[in-house]
Amino acid sequence: MATVHDATSSSSPSLEEMWGEPQGLGSWLSTVDHKRIGMKYLVTAMVFLVAGGVESLIMRAQLAQPNLHLISPEVYNQLFTMHGVTMMFLFATPVLSGFGNYLVPLMIGARDMAFPRLNAFGYWVFLASGIFLYSAFLTGHVPDAGWFNYVPLSGPRFAPGINIDFYALGLIFVAISTTAGAINFIVTILKMRAPGMSINRIPIFVWGELAMSFSIVFALPTLTVACVLLELERKFGFHFFDAGHGGDPLLWQHLFWIFGHPEVYIIILPALGMVSALIPTFTGRRMVGYIWIVIAEMATALIGFGVWTHHMFTTGLPQVAISFVALSSFFIAIPSGVQIFAWIATLIAGRPRLKTPMLFVLGFLLVFVIGGLSGVMFAAVPFDQQVHDSYFVIAHFHYVMVGGLLFPLFGALYYWLPKMTGRMMGEGLGKWSFWTMFAGFNVCFFPMHVMGILGQPRRTYTYQAGLGWTGPNLISTIGAFLLGLGIALTFWNWVWSRWHGAPAGNDPWGGDTLEWATTSPPPEYNFETIPTVASLEPTWDQPNLRDGAQPPEAGGRPLLGGHLTLSTSLLDGTPRAVVFMPHATLAPVIASLGLLVGFWGVVFGAWLLAGVGATVFAGGMIDWFWPRHQTQET
Amino acid sequence: MAITHATSDVPEVDPLVPTGAPGELLPGYASGPDSFGFWGMLGLITTEALLFSSLIASYFYLRFRAGPHHWPPAGIAPPELTLPLIMTAILWSSSIPVHLADHAIRRGSQRGLRLGLLGGFLLGATFLGLQLIVEYPKTLDLFTPRTNAYGSLFFTLTGFHGFHVLVGLAISVFVQIRAWQGAFDRHRHLMVRNFAMYWHFVDAVWALILCTVYLSPRL
Ligand code: HEM
Ligand SMILES: [Cu+2]
Repeated sequence: MATVHDATSSSSPSLEEMWGEPQGLGSWLSTVDHKRIGMKYLVTAMVFLVAGGVESLIMRAQLAQPNLHLISPEVYNQLFTMHGVTMMFLFATPVLSGFGNYLVPLMIGARDMAFPRLNAFGYWVFLASGIFLYSAFLTGHVPDAGWFNYVPLSGPRFAPGINIDFYALGLIFVAISTTAGAINFIVTILKMRAPGMSINRIPIFVWGELAMSFSIVFALPTLTVACVLLELERKFGFHFFDAGHGGDPLLWQHLFWIFGHPEVYIIILPALGMVSALIPTFTGRRMVGYIWIVIAEMATALIGFGVWTHHMFTTGLPQVAISFVALSSFFIAIPSGVQIFAWIATLIAGRPRLKTPMLFVLGFLLVFVIGGLSGVMFAAVPFDQQVHDSYFVIAHFHYVMVGGLLFPLFGALYYWLPKMTGRMMGEGLGKWSFWTMFAGFNVCFFPMHVMGILGQPRRTYTYQAGLGWTGPNLISTIGAFLLGLGIALTFWNWVWSRWHGAPAGNDPWGGDTLEWATTSPPPEYNFETIPTVASLEPTWDQPNLRDGAQPPEAGGRPLLGGHLTLSTSLLDGTPRAVVFMPHATLAPVIASLGLLVGFWGVVFGAWLLAGVGATVFAGGMIDWFWPRHQTQET
Repeated sequence: MAITHATSDVPEVDPLVPTGAPGELLPGYASGPDSFGFWGMLGLITTEALLFSSLIASYFYLRFRAGPHHWPPAGIAPPELTLPLIMTAILWSSSIPVHLADHAIRRGSQRGLRLGLLGGFLLGATFLGLQLIVEYPKTLDLFTPRTNAYGSLFFTLTGFHGFHVLVGLAISVFVQIRAWQGAFDRHRHLMVRNFAMYWHFVDAVWALILCTVYLSPRL
């Protein structure tokens, strides 16, 4: 036995030596630490929130008054398309991956994600695909057929030029990142939970990330296929969507919405998980109906796959199919209702502390209920046919998306940033930010219900005076800028806290999950000893967890023999094996760069360039899988 | 960048590692369901399976939209079966040596590993060669991907599968190089097992492609 793996002998290297990463700016390129990757995801996604937000503000400015000519109709088309694409694919999904990346290993008591290099790769591909999509602005070929990009509008006949190619290839590109991340979450959550964390002791936020990941694995391939078919049709003259050659435009809609409806849940489920993580802490009360919430999350993810055609009520599908889907679209409100009642019950049973994160949760509850109700209205087919593609739809899904995602997310930011940076965000500024956002949001989006019922179609570049739309549009625009200001206040708060925030300490809020059992920010190895947990709220029920490392006699595992983590069993979390983890490496960033070059090559039809990209990608892959040390990650 | 690796290519880890809990020793290397790689590969296969499902669903969707008597469309004969069935036999038999290689290394047999991997590679390459050199030119004489939706679907489905065979072959080369370097042994062979899973998956998917593209139009 040449290598010594004796955890107890004093000669073994310390955790700092085994887990320490290179320091300095360059190390951000090579890091495989889930916390630094999570932080990169978070910051990058926020940058895309700003980009998408600026696009929406320009649109709102254009619509403030009738007959304005701030921008051309072509640019307007490009803006709403990029706004939708950015918000859905470059902000909402990645920001949840960011939080998940940072928090999931900490919450389940692991030392990293299951595949640290794949994790880094996922981030770099996300960044590269964002750069790819936004590089369309440089060449002036910005996608302009809306985020759902219906054919034939986006087909070769009506959309010549390479604008839509940026869309199709860009979405394939970002899907690589999202899928890699999802598989990583699934394996991490199923196989790396601390000993004792059986399946009924998984924190609800982690359940949310798991439901999201399963939905991604099952739904996203359909979008990828849709985009591949579209690209084949556009670039190589294949026929799938054009009726003249035996294709069918509705095929696109089916493929898109089989993905598109679950996508909404992909975004909502982890956000609801955040709410379920915050409520117990700020009420000091265990979550009422844990098991019901978990079942509801899973049921939502499942039913989400059955109702895609409710986006297609006006396409002339058979009546039976429509009735069936309409019914199940009513049903999908039930699991959300279950969760809402569980939250309200917990709030009533506990003593709510109105800190900033809690304000965002309450704001979320109100807004989300309104969005849910207007959603159920669509399930009534005749009503849907009336308001289809009007501003009522825009109002509805922003109540669900901004309300269901942005508010929980900002609450989560105030709640968890202290863990990540070691500093508290300003409470006063936080409250200002919340109230500005809350007011701005409702002022911006509530009038859109009215505009929709008055008949203003979505995706209108401008409108005539005297239709009754002028007033609500102006109000809505004012609200949009107010909302933007509120968001900016939180960003300022984030920057401010970096230097002036009060030190956070390990556990500023008295939380109930494992991330509070380590320092803020946590060390590279997360926990000095991997703890054994005995309940759903370990830091509440095992007070000694807060006193530092759990000693081996009490169940803590120091795992000192190397860059090691623990593999545990799927259902009851018993230790099964010790796993050697990989170290920092440049392979993921190189491979992603190859992909970026390759995708540029394809979009411009520069096949030599595409070949260069593919070669660099292959080189990165070979470097990745060539075992240099005792890792067993593939 | 100053990243130091322990550059030992020949694994010398004792399979049992102490966790620091009193008296607890756990395997220091896992390659089945206790490893992460196994589940990662399963996840990959699941998404891939859904990619193929979406493609096949698109095929039948367009076929049913075309109506009962238009598939293949007028002027195109139903596909020839002899060659595809020979190709099928070759591809499916390639799973056998890969399976044997996988089990050989679990017994520690380097020779069995290398021979099995090589056999699987040769059979897979033959399949791909037949598809590209014989089957596609023959089909292109009848219709192309640009002729109509039927042609597009034919080449997209078979081509997408062929691409997976190609990727499988590339992985196989990589694993074979590692095998010749003696990188695997009775305990450490995760990469071999994962490759075998992937390969069997690609072979299994061919059953669906065969039924969809070649057999179903003759029904
Ligand atoms: C931050 C404040 C936001 C404002 C002021 C805003 C504003 C708008 C406006 C005015 C439109 C309609 C454009 C039109 O149809 O003419 C729109 C469309 C859209 N928004 Fe937002 N939005 C915001 C945030 C978000 C977020 C957070 C998401 C998703 C997570 C989102 C997703 C979408 C989508 C998918 C569309 C449809 C685009 C299309 O029709 O192709 N928005 N938004
Ligand atoms: Cu839907």
